[in-house]
Amino acid sequence: MSATDAQTSMPDNTGRRGPWAEVFFSLLRSGTFLTGLGIVLFWVACALFGEHFAPYDPLADDIINALAPPSAEHWFGTDQIGRDVFSRVIVGSRDILTVAPLATLLATIAGTALGLFTGYFRGIVDDIVSRILEAFMAIPVVIVALLAIVALGTSKATVIVVIGLSFAPIIARTVRSAVLAERELDYVAAAQLRHESALHTMFVEILPNVIPPILVETTVRLGYAIFAVATLSFMGFGIQPPSPDWGLSISSNYGMIGGGFWWTVLFDALAIASLVIGVNLAADGVQGALND
Amino acid sequence: MTEPAKPANALELHDLSVAYRVGGRNRAVLRNLSLGIGQGEAYGLVGESGCGKSTVALTVVRYLPRNGSITGGAISLDGQDVMKLDAEALRRARAESVSMVYQDPGKALNPSLRIGRQLTEIFELGGVSGQAASDKAIAMLNRVRISDPASVMQRYPHQLSGGMQQRVAIAMALANDPTMLILDEPTTGLDATVEAEVLDLIAQLRQELSASILFISHNLAVVSNMCDRVGVLYAGMLVEEGPTDVVFNDPRHPYTVALLRCLPRGGQRKDHGRLDTIPGFLPGIGAAIRGCAFADRCALATDRCRTELPPLYDLGGRLSRCHYHEQAQSLPRATPSDAAASTPKAAAESVLRVEGLNKTYASHGHALRAVKDVSVSLRPGETLGLVGESGSGKTTIARLLLGLVPPDEGGRIELEGKPLAARLDNRTADQIKAMQIVFQNPDSALNRSHSIRHLISRALKRLAGLSGAALQARLDELVRSVRLTDRHLAVKPRQLSGGLKQRVAIARAFAGEPRIVVCDEPTSALDVSVQAAILNLLADLQSKEHVSYIFISHDLAVVRYLSDQIAVLYLGRIMELGPSENVFAGPHHPYTEALLSAVPKLDQTETSRIRLDGEIPSATNPPSGCVFHTRCPRKLGAICEEQEPSLAEAEPGHTIRCHIPYAELARLQKQKAVQTEPA
Repeated sequence: MSATDAQTSMPDNTGRRGPWAEVFFSLLRSGTFLTGLGIVLFWVACALFGEHFAPYDPLADDIINALAPPSAEHWFGTDQIGRDVFSRVIVGSRDILTVAPLATLLATIAGTALGLFTGYFRGIVDDIVSRILEAFMAIPVVIVALLAIVALGTSKATVIVVIGLSFAPIIARTVRSAVLAERELDYVAAAQLRHESALHTMFVEILPNVIPPILVETTVRLGYAIFAVATLSFMGFGIQPPSPDWGLSISSNYGMIGGGFWWTVLFDALAIASLVIGVNLAADGVQGALND
Repeated sequence: MTEPAKPANALELHDLSVAYRVGGRNRAVLRNLSLGIGQGEAYGLVGESGCGKSTVALTVVRYLPRNGSITGGAISLDGQDVMKLDAEALRRARAESVSMVYQDPGKALNPSLRIGRQLTEIFELGGVSGQAASDKAIAMLNRVRISDPASVMQRYPHQLSGGMQQRVAIAMALANDPTMLILDEPTTGLDATVEAEVLDLIAQLRQELSASILFISHNLAVVSNMCDRVGVLYAGMLVEEGPTDVVFNDPRHPYTVALLRCLPRGGQRKDHGRLDTIPGFLPGIGAAIRGCAFADRCALATDRCRTELPPLYDLGGRLSRCHYHEQAQSLPRATPSDAAASTPKAAAESVLRVEGLNKTYASHGHALRAVKDVSVSLRPGETLGLVGESGSGKTTIARLLLGLVPPDEGGRIELEGKPLAARLDNRTADQIKAMQIVFQNPDSALNRSHSIRHLISRALKRLAGLSGAALQARLDELVRSVRLTDRHLAVKPRQLSGGLKQRVAIARAFAGEPRIVVCDEPTSALDVSVQAAILNLLADLQSKEHVSYIFISHDLAVVRYLSDQIAVLYLGRIMELGPSENVFAGPHHPYTEALLSAVPKLDQTETSRIRLDGEIPSATNPPSGCVFHTRCPRKLGAICEEQEPSLAEAEPGHTIRCHIPYAELARLQKQKAVQTEPA
């Protein structure tokens, strides 16, 4: 008795902050989260206001100065038609920072709904849906993307749908296991004893309590989504020229590394890496704060 | 701190203060606590949760959590100053001279190591190895009365029952012959019959060993049976101390007086009156206390109590921290006792009738009969108590009745004369709202994401069909009837204490004006003072609303207080069913007899003890004949093993499932009483 009750009566004495305020203050104390957030916010600022502080127009060619190495004039050098790499890297965050979060959002919504249904109904519904999801997870994203592009044509929307749907089963699996644990709690039985509909029980009773694992999974998935978007643009699916997108730039310039023109590829690659690391640091921070 | 010979006290705490760092501030948990435990003495420490009992245990071996620190005072263990020990000496002290047994043996044992490995490890640390260590381990298991130690050595913790696990934990604690044994709620999670066995074991071991014992418990009766002296802890301070029988029979601090009054005792029942309660709350951890810590909750308190901290007055062999200790027992009641409960109308129609209820689970290809052939009926305004050890099917019956779990085909449940569908989905809205439940654990039963206002209004909307102003009016009324205030409505469950949360759960259950409320151990997670308030509330609501209860509890005194009828369950079968008074007074089923005898009692009038041997059999493979025959102290012979007795009517309305004829049972049980009285 003493152990459990001491814990439940503790919050009486530890101030009036709600659970989400606790998480917020814990995030503010987390160096990992703040570092990650800083990197992500930097790129978000570039995406929103990039053209205002980029030194050159990222699309303007200057054939005479093509493939100039990094210099005081062009910090990151120029590409094969003389466009300023520094300006392109700055503005190049825009497409990836639209497509990847939207894909993650789609994956979260679809995955949460699937996870709630399979975890709530269990039994045969769970067996069938879970097997289908597992089969889906076994197919590589690139194959799905190829098929989708053949069917739907190439566009940002296609990339969002492809990545969103291929990440949904992973989020569904996390949500399902959280829901299975919640399902055993008595408040679900209490809802049944009020004749609540299954939808109400799932979305109003259970969902608010499984937000923390969803939040963690979403931030982790965002990192993967950025990587996936960059990969698909590199392969020529989705984001199309003349966008200064990072993956696309690497794809159109990587042939020239052999010629010693490393600057046309390196800075885009570093940009992708820094954004992925930033998101992952933030995800670590969120996970830490929620598990405290 | 340097006594020449063996020190008088095995453990001596002097002016000990401990604080926990929470939210950047040091909050006092123990305040200038001084106590001494003599060589070979058993000292009981009692108090409600949050008063610092477990902190004492942890502090003695300097095992505080990371945010805890000793802010003052001294601890001396067998004359050794614990505060001055370096890491190595401290490790040796923990290994050799002091041992602890915790509440949950399942967590104290390593789940991935065999029992034998865990036991021999202790001896190996002491330099004994191989066969010798294993022999010692077997001897240790024998010592804690484990009948087949060689096979227990080969098993993993999860393969043992809770009682066996606790025996093993005690064996491990005793392995190095400690001088000081700390028992922190060692029987709290165990069934009554198992608890009795473990307590007997500890009592027997005390005769064999020289160890001093610090026994920490919230259960006053357990402490009164086990300890020589007792200290009552309140807000981290000792408020009363003295020989156990003296303190419990003649308390001299208002807190002790009030605590004792909260317990339903001596067959007290709801129609005799209400239990006393303690108003207010324990001061929060780290709260600034001027004057007496109990003053806010004490009806005797004067201005002097609020400003001047009472010293521990020495009353000749006992201590009390009260300025008015000589008047402590004149403490007025906090709750008037006179509220008379309604008695069920004898002629009234049954509100619930259950016939031939069965539930079989499939478990690894075996049929597990969780509930077998249960038939009961319940009249309006009446309480049916379900008692039995864990695994007896109490909670399953509740879930079957509520429709949360479908029963086997063939049984029949009738609500107010109309058959009730087995599944909740097939019941009408009226039928659903007629039967509600108060769950055992409010943390699980109340959705932690919703505010109290949302929790109760949602129930009113769904069950009473109210909305708008009508809902608001009924909400106010309901909240007042469970004695919550508007202040509580805005918060989330986690911001309330256990007792307040349970009131919210009760309000929710009563939202649709139910005919029957199932109460599944509603007070088992609560302190006695809070338990008393909840029991009073349930009794008041019953007399006002004329609702029927199905009351499940392992605490027989609590069941007795609230119940009109009692069903005693064993392995899913009703062994005895009858009016509460008859079941308690006897003659009763041998199992009921053993259950009653197992309950530790405060007034040590108990002279005879019946102990059940062995484990509760598995429900997948129940014993043949009478399921109780494997443990029955009154077993007749072959007939008990071969034929299952039927529930036979002993007196009108009182049925017993036993081969022994009623008259014979009466004679046997009377004889026992006579036999043991002079002893």
